[in-house]
Amino acid sequence: MKPFRYERANGVASACASAAKPAAKFIAGGTNLLDLMKLQIETPAHLVDINALPLGGIEETPQGGLRVGALVTNSALAADMSVRRRYPLLSQAILAGASGQLRNKATTGGNLLQRTRCPYFYDTTKPCNKREPGSGCAALAGLNRMNAVLGVSNNCIAAHPSDMAVAMTALDARVETIAPDGATRTIPIDALYRAPGDTPNIETVLAPGELIRSVVLPPPPAGRQIYRKVRDRASYAFALVSVALVVAHDNNRVQAARVAFGGLSYKPWRSADAEATLAGAPLTRASYDAAGMAALKNAHGYGQNDFKIPLARRTLRATLAQATGTI
Amino acid sequence: MHNESVALTVNGRRHALDLDPRVTLLDALREHLGLTGTKKGCDQGQCGACTVIVNGQRINSCLTLAVMHAGDEITTIEGLEEDGDLHPMQAAFVRHDGLQCGYCTPGQICSAVAVLAEHKAGWPSYATADVATAPALTDAEIAERMSGNICRCSAYPNIVAAIREVAEGGRS
Repeated sequence: MKPFRYERANGVASACASAAKPAAKFIAGGTNLLDLMKLQIETPAHLVDINALPLGGIEETPQGGLRVGALVTNSALAADMSVRRRYPLLSQAILAGASGQLRNKATTGGNLLQRTRCPYFYDTTKPCNKREPGSGCAALAGLNRMNAVLGVSNNCIAAHPSDMAVAMTALDARVETIAPDGATRTIPIDALYRAPGDTPNIETVLAPGELIRSVVLPPPPAGRQIYRKVRDRASYAFALVSVALVVAHDNNRVQAARVAFGGLSYKPWRSADAEATLAGAPLTRASYDAAGMAALKNAHGYGQNDFKIPLARRTLRATLAQATGTI
Repeated sequence: MHNESVALTVNGRRHALDLDPRVTLLDALREHLGLTGTKKGCDQGQCGACTVIVNGQRINSCLTLAVMHAGDEITTIEGLEEDGDLHPMQAAFVRHDGLQCGYCTPGQICSAVAVLAEHKAGWPSYATADVATAPALTDAEIAERMSGNICRCSAYPNIVAAIREVAEGGRS
């Protein structure tokens, strides 16, 4: 690990000011950042520890939703009774990720800001445009089984590994931030992540020193919520594909559906096309397959990850069947 | 770069340390306090051998900086026994032969002690069919909750048996 200056922040304004300096970073749970620092992939000169800041707690909003503090741990969020009763999708997704030990340290804000990554990001003997801009992408013609098939570029095909963020995307969560100048803004979670394009090293729209304060969940949408994760091991593995689904239906037809995928892109992949295809559609296998075709119509495989495209379609079909009790 | 002063409370004893901020909690325990029960396996949060209990919650001590734990109550495998008597979870691991080489065992036991506390608090897991309910601690629940602790000797059946016995109130 490279040497760094350690600062325990005691106020939001001073924390943002410190983190806005070159080569400075916030640290909360640290589970992803410290792992990368040990490998000297992350080399901050200054760490700003925000754990003492008043950014905890889960509270009801006047609109009937929930505001989740950035420092609420993944464990605490998944175990919260309001979340379990009203946003079971979110509890399921969090519990599908990492291990009990990691969820006890990982925070809400930190989970959103974990690095979008692939094995070549960790392998310092290989080119990686995310780690070293301009060096190339070893994953394009390499071991790309875990990589993305939607929304990425020939400069980077890494996938965002969060499960929590996939559920939050299906729930239309909003991310509340504060900047070093004190300005606050609210970012729809779907707009938090930047497509890799020519600059895969820049992963979010956040400015230097901009701090996530909280995540707001609007009131839960009507319908059944299910998070379904497909992975190589039964537990403690990244998704090959996951589906966050909210579906309202009557006896014959889908009334409304929300569909977000994990494991397919640089961000949780919300599919407006799948949702439009499902709205009003009969509860049939043909409808579910049509939604899958719509969701993956622009997908592109890179060889070893070609299987993710049919797997995503089939996982969506299975999740729809499970949620509606059909086929 | 300069050292940071931090007071760590480990197994009820307070230790004043002067540490390079790069020192992980794991290395502080092992190298600075001589508490070598906590093991370094992968050093990247994958294996669980370094699991300790901080403020009642299990964490990977390899993925956290020691300087971030001023004022926290840290419990390691050395702190589980009471007056020379093994903690019930330690005794159950011995009784059920929940190990072969033993390297992962301190982490397994710390994790298992915390798993029972999490279950008692009603926390669901990925194995819980309805997350709004407090599930029974089935073998499937124990396996899922312990998935952050790897045992290369594959003593899993006996580890699960030991945890189940303690969960059910003791020796069966």
